[in-house]
Order: sequence, then C-alpha cells, then structure tokens
Amino acid sequence: MRMPEPDQAILARRTEIARALGAIVPGEGVILEEDELRAYESDGLTAYRQLPMIAVLPETTDQVSRILKYCHENGVKVVPRGAGTSLSGGALPLADGVLLGLGKFSRILDIDFENRCVVVQPGVTNLGVTKAVEHAGFYYAPDPSSQIACTIGGNVAENSGGVHCLKYGLTTNNLLGLEVVLIDGTILRVGGKHLDSDAYDLLGLLTGSEGLLGVVTEVTVRVLKTPETARAVLLGFPTSEQSGDCVAAIIGAGIVPGGMEMMDKPAIHAAEAFVNAGYPLNVEALLIVELDGPQVEVDLLVAKVTEIAAAHGAVTSRVSNSEEERLVFWAGRKAAFPAIGRISPDYYCMDGTIPRHKLPLVLSRMREMSEKFDLRVANVFHAGDGNLHPLILYDANEPGELERAEEFGAEILKLCVEVGGVLTGEHGVGVEKRDLMGVMFSEADLRQQQRVKCAFDPDSLLNPGKMFPVLHRCAELGRMHIHGGKMPFPDLPRF
Amino acid sequence: MATLKPETPEQVLEAVTWAVAEETPLEVIGRGTKRALGRPVQAGNNLELSGLSGITLYEPEELVLSARAGTPVAEIEATLAAKNQMLAFEPADLGPLLGGEAGQGSIGGMLACNLAGPRRIKAGAARDHFLGAHAVAGRGEVFKTGGRVVKNVTGYDLCKLLAGSYGTLAVLTDVTVKVLPVAEKTRTVLLYGLDDAAAMKAMSRALQSSHEVSGAAHLPAALTGGSPISYIAEAGGAVTAIRVEGPGPSVEHRAAALRRELADVGETEELHSTNSAKLWAELRDVRPLSAHPERVIWKISVPPASGAQVVARIAHGQDALCFYDWGGGLIWLALPASDALAFAARHAAVRAALKDCGGHATLIRAPEDLRAQVPVFQPQDPGTAALTKRIKDSFDPRRVLNPGRMAAGV
Ligand SMILES: Cc1cc2nc3c(=O)[nH]c(=O)nc-3n(C[C@H](O)[C@H](O)[C@H](O)COP(=O)(O)OP(=O)(O)OC[C@H]3O[C@@H](n4cnc5c(N)ncnc54)[C@H](O)[C@@H]3O)c2cc1C
Repeated sequence: MRMPEPDQAILARRTEIARALGAIVPGEGVILEEDELRAYESDGLTAYRQLPMIAVLPETTDQVSRILKYCHENGVKVVPRGAGTSLSGGALPLADGVLLGLGKFSRILDIDFENRCVVVQPGVTNLGVTKAVEHAGFYYAPDPSSQIACTIGGNVAENSGGVHCLKYGLTTNNLLGLEVVLIDGTILRVGGKHLDSDAYDLLGLLTGSEGLLGVVTEVTVRVLKTPETARAVLLGFPTSEQSGDCVAAIIGAGIVPGGMEMMDKPAIHAAEAFVNAGYPLNVEALLIVELDGPQVEVDLLVAKVTEIAAAHGAVTSRVSNSEEERLVFWAGRKAAFPAIGRISPDYYCMDGTIPRHKLPLVLSRMREMSEKFDLRVANVFHAGDGNLHPLILYDANEPGELERAEEFGAEILKLCVEVGGVLTGEHGVGVEKRDLMGVMFSEADLRQQQRVKCAFDPDSLLNPGKMFPVLHRCAELGRMHIHGGKMPFPDLPRF
Repeated sequence: MATLKPETPEQVLEAVTWAVAEETPLEVIGRGTKRALGRPVQAGNNLELSGLSGITLYEPEELVLSARAGTPVAEIEATLAAKNQMLAFEPADLGPLLGGEAGQGSIGGMLACNLAGPRRIKAGAARDHFLGAHAVAGRGEVFKTGGRVVKNVTGYDLCKLLAGSYGTLAVLTDVTVKVLPVAEKTRTVLLYGLDDAAAMKAMSRALQSSHEVSGAAHLPAALTGGSPISYIAEAGGAVTAIRVEGPGPSVEHRAAALRRELADVGETEELHSTNSAKLWAELRDVRPLSAHPERVIWKISVPPASGAQVVARIAHGQDALCFYDWGGGLIWLALPASDALAFAARHAAVRAALKDCGGHATLIRAPEDLRAQVPVFQPQDPGTAALTKRIKDSFDPRRVLNPGRMAAGV
C-alpha cells in the first residue's frame, strides 16, 4: 500500500512546526519522542505502521481550530484520531503529517432527557454514552463490538454500526448535531437538538467521511429508552442455504428483529472452543435472532420465529429463558474475533455487504477461494442487513502469507460488488480498500466525490491517502468540458 | 420557455449538457407538485422528469426498491402495499397544501425535498431510507452514489447530500430506497383538553417510555373541530395523539400502558387501526390547516421540549394557527395573509423565535412575491453559507440547476 510521498520540505521544518503547535497547546500537548509516538503508529489494521511526524493532543475546540488553521497555512497534513480501533487504516499516520489525537475531548457535556439526546465530546467512548444515561433506563443504540474502546468521534467518522443496527440504524440515523472544524480553522455547528435540516444535509455528509472533511469536536446523539425485554433464539441449520432462506422468511413475515447474526461452521467451532456457549457443532450455519420490545410482543415473535425456523429445517432451536441465557447465546458471537485469534496467529477481518439472497453463492465461492489461496476463512455475518465479516486466517511470520491474505480479501470484496453489494458495510475504506474503489465506482463517480472533498479541503491536507485511489488536484477536478449547443432531443414532445 | 421531457437518463444528460453550454438554467421538476415550495427560480427552460418513470427493481425480502426518479410515489406505495410493505418514513403529500391535487408527486421529488411524516421520530426521514442514486450533476456529468444494500460506508454518503438539495446539485435519474413491513395493527391514545405546554410534557413522557411510540402530535382547540374523526371533532377542545404500532397483542398492551401512565393528565380515549390511519394521514399531509388556503404556512423544526415556547413567542399578539408533530419538535404554523410590510414583520418574528433553541423554519407556502422577498429557508451563518456555495460549485459551477431555489447564489 503506497502512501503519498513525504514532503521533505515539511520534514525539514519539524522543529519549527512543533514549536508553533506547542504555542497553541501548552504543556504536554505536543509529542515528539519516538517511543511516545509509537503509541500512534497503527490503528486496528495492524498490518500497516507509520510513525507520525508529530502528535498533538488539544483539549479545546479553539485549539483544534488554531492547529488546523496553522497546518492549512503551512501546507502541513493532518490525521485525526480517536481511539485508533479503525479496521481500515483510517487513522494511519503520515510520515510528514501531524497526528491530531482527540482523546482529551472526553467529557459528557449535556444529558437532556426532555429532548432525548446527549451532547458529548468526540473522545467519549461509545459505551460511555450509554453509561451516562443508563441510570434513567436509556441507551445509545449503535453498538459496535469495539464499543468499550472506540470513540463517538471515530463512530461519526466511520458511520459505525453494530448488531442492533438492523432495527435501530447506524450512527448516521442516530445523530442530531455536530460541531466540526474545517481545515482552514472555521468552526461550524451542524444540526442541534432538532431533527433534519432545511439546507444541504452536512450532518449526513460528514458522517462516514473518515476524517477527510473536518474534525469533529462535539456530537449530539439521540438516546432511546431501553426495551422492556429482549430474548434470543439460537438456531442451527444443516446448510447455509436453509439458514439464509430462514432469514428471508423472517423478514418476509414482517418481522424486524433487534439483531440477526449468522456464523458459519469454522466460526461456530472457534467460538465454542473459546467460550463454551453450548453451540451445536454438527451444523453448517448458526443463527442468533434477538427480539426486543414489550414482553407480549417479544413472546409472540419468538414463537413465530421458531415456527419459521422449523419450517426451514432448523435442527437446533433454543429460546433464551433468562437474561443469563440470552447473554450466553451472544457470548460466542461477541467473542468470535478473539476466538479466531486463538486458533490462528493472525487474522484479517473483511467487511463487505451483499444482497442477502446471494449468501449461499458467496459462501461457496469463498470456499473455492480458500482452497486457491490455501488459507482458512471463518464467517460471521450481520444476516439481517447483509453485512459479511469473513475472517481470513494467516500467519504473518510465514513469508508471503500476509500478501496472500490481502489478495484473498480483495477477491472477496470484488465478489461482493459483483453480486450487487459494496466494498464496506461499516469499517470504512481507509487505506485498506482505497485501491479497490475503482471496482465499485467509475472514474466519474470518484471525481464527483473528490470535488466534494475540494469544497471542504482544497489542498487535500486532511487525512490524505485515504479513501481515494488517485489524488487529483482540485483545480483539475473543477475544470469543465463543455460540448454541445444543440437543443436536446428536438424530436421529443415539449410544451 | 421550453419544457424538456426526457424519457431516458441519457436524455437528461443531454439536456443538462445543453444547458451548461448555453448557460441557460433549468428548473428541475419531478411531477411538479412542489414547484411552489422554495424561492422562485429564474430559469429559461423546464426539465420535467415525469417521462422517466417505472419501478426497475423490487425485492420484498431484501427490503429494497429501485425506480426511475419520475415514478409516482402513489405507484410505489401501491406496489409496496400489495406486499404489505411501505416507505416507513411516511412521506407527506404536500400537493394539496400547495394548491394541487393529492397523490401526484414523484419519488425523485420526495427525496429531493427530504420529506417525512409523523413516523420521523422513530423511523427517520427520506434521507435515512435513501440507499443509492444515479444522477446527472449540474456540470453535465453522470455519477452514481451508494448502492442497493442498507449497510454501506463506501465513499461519501452523497445520498444524504442529495436528499433535501431541492434539485440544486444534480438531477436524480434512478433511485434506490429501503422499504419496511407494514405494522399489523395501530392504536392511538388520545388525551383531551391539554394546553400546548402540558401537551409537550405528556408527549415527552410517552416518548421517554419503552412503548416504542411512533407518532406524537398535538392539535390545539382551534384545529380539532374540522377533523374527520368524530373522537377529535367532538372533543370540544385540544387533542393530543400518541401512536403505537406492531402486532395486535403488543399494541393493545402498550396503548393500555400509555393510558395508565398518562391517566394523571386527564381523560383518555383510544383509536383503532382505521381511525388511526385516517388521523395520521391528516397530520402527515398538514390537512388540519386546509381550511385556511389563504394563510402563509411555516414548517418549523426545533428541539421537542421548546415547541410550545417557540409558538408562544411567534403567536404573541397575533392570530397564529398551528399544530405540533414529532413530540413537539415539528410545528406547522399558519399565519394570516398580509401585505409585504406585515409579512416582513411576521417573518422576523418567526426567525427571532428560534434564536435561543436552534432549529430551522422553512416558509412552505406563500405567494411568489413574498417568497422572493425573504429567505425561504433558515438563514445560515457565514461559514455554513460559504461552504454551501462551495458544495454547489462542486456539482453545478455554472448554476444551471434550480438556481436560487434554496438561497441567492445557490
Ligand atoms: C475488535 C474490533 C471490533 C470492531 N467492531 C466493529 C463493529 O461491530 N462495527 C463497526 O462499525 N466497527 C467496528 N470496529 C471498527 C472501529 O471500532 C470503528 O470504526 C470505530 O468507529 C473507530 O473509532 P475510533 O475512535 O477507534 O476511531 P479511530 O480508529 O481513531 O479513527 C477512525 C477514523 O475516524 C477519524 N476520526 C476519529 N476521530 C475523529 C474526529 N473527532 N473527527 C474527525 N475524524 C475523526 C480518523 O481519522 C479515522 O479516519 C471494530 C474494531 C475492532 C478493533
């Protein structure tokens, strides 16, 4: 993976830049020592590492604004960072860039039950939001598996999801407002505690923009009342086709479960060996369907789901009868990644989305690829919304295995696009999938996206080298090619 | 002035390319139901998309539907209803409010105006269900964004930007939306005789419960008399409505629980599915204000707890009619028709009322000369206004698509 060539002129000015940043963020806020910079050299995509030129840890929006303004005026690149759990290399530093860490923005600013929202600084963890409101029976719905560690700022940048987003939406559906700082230092307030906008939806555009459009310094999220109850149904199927058909039938019956997760045989075995959740080992596919809401409704839907599953050949069918049992059902799924980590020195987590009915096809093609690349693969799948997480098992110490794993991963993602899906469902493009963007988008599609980038950051200083395979200059992108001059389709009716 | 009626995406491209070359702006029209919404557009020609029509993909089990942008919403809703599905954001039909007929709008127009209805509080707005698009940018270039799956973070979410851009950035040619199952049953709990502030409190309590409320609206006394639902028309005072949807036993249970929990605020009543459907369609399409076709209509979105206060400020000393949706967060306000001078003063009062709480006020209906006189959309701070212009530049540098519709220079 190639990153933009470091700018030698900037590297030569390192001391001067550090001094200028030190004047903005006094005290311990500027980091220069190599051993301290190590902490930032990588994110959740550990295959890539790069020390930043300087790290800076501001504490106020005003400081962020002055840092960005300085970097903009001096042509210095900036990489924002939350907790560094990105799985796509979104927070990977640049050798000639300033790493802007938002960890000190860790305060909850306002809890407003009347308006059912919470205002937090971006460095608050995802779980931290729920913790702040759970005493009153509220929670923040998007729940990425990394929720103990990942920050709300990172969630906004990646538009993160979780197992409950089938029913409750992704980050983008649960946000009300942001404060963002643009690269020129402009501080904008987008949205607030009200719904929607009557102007361009900047809130929606910024969500999922991977730190390329602005630095988020404050976030207002909606919070929901915790459902009255939740029960999970554990279903085992002899084939993944039957499991897939069961998912389609549940949705076809008008049921939108709180969560619906599928695991394939390798994932089931790894998880069971790790946590002893009591998963059946003789099935090809395991489905966990969680129903939440009022007790009467949940009981009713649990019965319906069990019935549908039986009609689709489920050989295991168990319903949780207590909160402990529900958590046990989930324990294996939640520990799927570390469970794979136990049976393989390294694993590479992919994140494509496919139309659900393509699952059997995609799984069988993946088995062929697994043989071709001679690497094992285990699958966990947000079955309700078609988001697939193949985990490719490899050993980085074996020469060539990482490269093979990456090639395997790229082929899986191309397959996702080929069957009508997309490259990434929730982990983002980052550096990881940057060079695959052309599989899904034409040159013209990507140029239009980059023009939007130009509207925010004309010199491409914010997180460059991520998301776009080719960096065009804004002047070049803005050029118009004008043709024509004839009145179009003169033969068509007009009045 | 010509009206171009393309029948293929290629012809849309041809039309926009031509407009760019000629530097002659186009007014982009879906099926024309919301032309009276926004600032008056100065365009040499019209680009009407009704010829670009038809559902191109519908997979009920995948909860997804694609259609040409000019497809009537009515056709889409009928197709979905046949499979017991719906557009869950409950898009308002603003046709009659704006002086036209009901049921005429296109899906492209619905998305471009980011419509929503009472279920907004639970299910989101058009923006939240807009999965993918093919479009022709004002530069005269075709592009696509998004896809046909719900979970997708590949590249910028330009669907969000196009939703609510009122045709000022690009002409949508094909769109894909998420669809959802229709709930089996609906119940609406009615509370009688609350003043605005008490209604806000009651709705807030309902929304803070775990009963998954999917609608919370308040009709002050002045607007209940004309309701087609007898439980409301005969109330003789204000009515607050709280909706729950789901399987039969579940809605019964939740409606009963809401009535129990809100018993302290006064007398309650309950509407079943048919009457509920009628009531929420009324509220969605702003029909409680339909007896006042001469009035100027504002749509105001504020933090729900501020709703009553905002209205009190605007209504102070003047004849204002309004009702609330979204638990108080959405205010549909009707002010008397007036001469330009009085109109300017009322406009200033609306803007001032939102100063403390934030939000936006949009002038949805007013005579053309008045819409040219004041900002129709919420005025922006200088930083946002400058960014808005740069975004417009990135799609439509020559200002050929609906120039000026949202703001001067955009
Ligand atoms: C074990 C594990 C499980 C995971 N499970 C899930 C899951 O279930 N669902 C899911 O969606 N993701 C998951 N992730 C991915 C990751 O946790 C999310 O993408 C998360 O949102 C990243 O948050 P962060 O604070 O770590 O951001 P970082 O990794 O620090 O940064 C991510 C991106 O956001 C940008 N950024 C960070 N903060 C800001 C800010 N304040 N302003 C502007 N840009 C900013 C960075 O530049 C970078 O591009 C998982 C990761 C791990 C390691």
